[in-house]
Amino acid sequence: MMRVLYGISLKADAGSVTTILGSNGAGKSTTLACAQGLLRPNGGTVRLLGEDPYGASPALRSRVGVMLQDGGLPPSLRPIPLLRHVASFYRRPADLDALIERLGINEFATTSIRRLSGGQKQRVALASALAGNPDVVFLDEPSAGLDPQSRQVVFELIGELREAGMCIVLTTHLMEDAQKLSDYVYIIDDGRNVAQGTVSELTAHAADETPAQAVTFTARAAMMLPALPEHLTLAEASPGHYRLDGVRSPGDLAELTTWWTREGVLPHALTMQPRTLEDVFLEIADKGNNAN
Amino acid sequence: MPTSTQAAPAANAQGTLRRILLQGRYETLGMISNGEQLVVAVVLPLMALFGLVFTDLLKDVAANPIDAAAPGVLALCVVSTAFTGQGIATGFDRRYGVLRFLSTTPLGRAGLIYGKVIAVLVVLFLQVVVIGGSALLLGWRPAPAGIGWALALLILGAAAFTALGLLVAGTVRPEATLAITNLAWVLLAAVGGILFPSTRAPAYLQPIVDLLPSAALGDSLRAALITGTGSVSGILILLAWTIIAGFAATRWFKWN
Repeated sequence: MMRVLYGISLKADAGSVTTILGSNGAGKSTTLACAQGLLRPNGGTVRLLGEDPYGASPALRSRVGVMLQDGGLPPSLRPIPLLRHVASFYRRPADLDALIERLGINEFATTSIRRLSGGQKQRVALASALAGNPDVVFLDEPSAGLDPQSRQVVFELIGELREAGMCIVLTTHLMEDAQKLSDYVYIIDDGRNVAQGTVSELTAHAADETPAQAVTFTARAAMMLPALPEHLTLAEASPGHYRLDGVRSPGDLAELTTWWTREGVLPHALTMQPRTLEDVFLEIADKGNNAN
Repeated sequence: MPTSTQAAPAANAQGTLRRILLQGRYETLGMISNGEQLVVAVVLPLMALFGLVFTDLLKDVAANPIDAAAPGVLALCVVSTAFTGQGIATGFDRRYGVLRFLSTTPLGRAGLIYGKVIAVLVVLFLQVVVIGGSALLLGWRPAPAGIGWALALLILGAAAFTALGLLVAGTVRPEATLAITNLAWVLLAAVGGILFPSTRAPAYLQPIVDLLPSAALGDSLRAALITGTGSVSGILILLAWTIIAGFAATRWFKWN
């Protein structure tokens, strides 16, 4: 018996997308497996629609859809017979034809699952999670391996299901996806919750009182960098493209303008960037590493 | 949500049965649409049947060689379908996460297993029709008094070997399942009391062979269909294997 999770506490509501974000091996899939009833945790409580998901009744499972990370699709079957079979287990299945059309599964309907590309398998796995028209759906890395077009379709579909009141729980290690899709994000690391909140809450104040921003600009290449206060980091990311991190006050910007004045340059393409979820995540991961 | 879980129990039971039957059909089609599987299920037993009839390997077992051969070949069908075929399919389904995925649907883990049991019984029924029919054409005359016993033995044998197949498939890698179940099939067929009476096994193996489910199945089927004799000990040995392997599979089966 391996201890993977130490302190995970999270909840997901109807009509929202709840994301579990973490790097590989953080415990995302294990957390989902407990929530889906595939694993019985050694401690703690799991409730899915008010019931213990481990050994749950068919009535409960009829309201839940699952997309596993490794697909879980029988390789010898073709996609559509599989989807019909899965849908037949549910009390009020989804409109399969519409779902198949929407996810472009018709394009490869005559190919056995074994021969599908990674992205095609992902679409079939998503369709099989939705085939039962569930109230709750668990999606483990739903965008992995998708080409940009399919990714767009999948994102739109997730958005619509959310509007329709479905409770969507997903895991991802892609910050951009988490930022685009999520109503609420739990960041887990090393089997523990390390941060949680809406995307805007997390990006506004994850670690600090005042949200830090990054300033990027373009100017003459290879300028001599000035000495700056300790909380600011200035670097020339590529020739002529500079990035200053840790900007929290107008005074920090004055440091920049003083330097430009001294150098006699007027930069262009100047932008101030609010923090992204990725910045938050990296900060947290950094802190974890320092603490260890 | 109380409304859904307190739905009429009769309707729930009906839904459960319906799902199990659907899964049984799905598993059966999976088994018979697979070419290698058909070879193992029909071609090899037919070859064994002809081989045993047209040689004198069983001449001391019954007056007419087909009477001695047919029960053993039916026992061979049980092992190939319930143990080897089913075990390999389950092993690879486990590898690909199919078992995990289907167990999250309303079918559930139990429904998945019952579906497999149905598929084994349906395929076995088809084998009995094909192999038994061929044997009848070759002049097989089973003892009428033993037919009831034979049916019970076939079903119980299927149960014992299904449980054993699940135990292997659920505990080792699919490649190992493939090797173990195929090797066991060959060994049991040759010296485990399936095709030949267990008394033909080497003397030092005798005490072990007598307790094997294969010997219980093969010897008891021969006794039932050649002379019409029922074998309570054969039934008890198969029952014991079903219970032990079923318990062990429940205990140690790893779903992923």
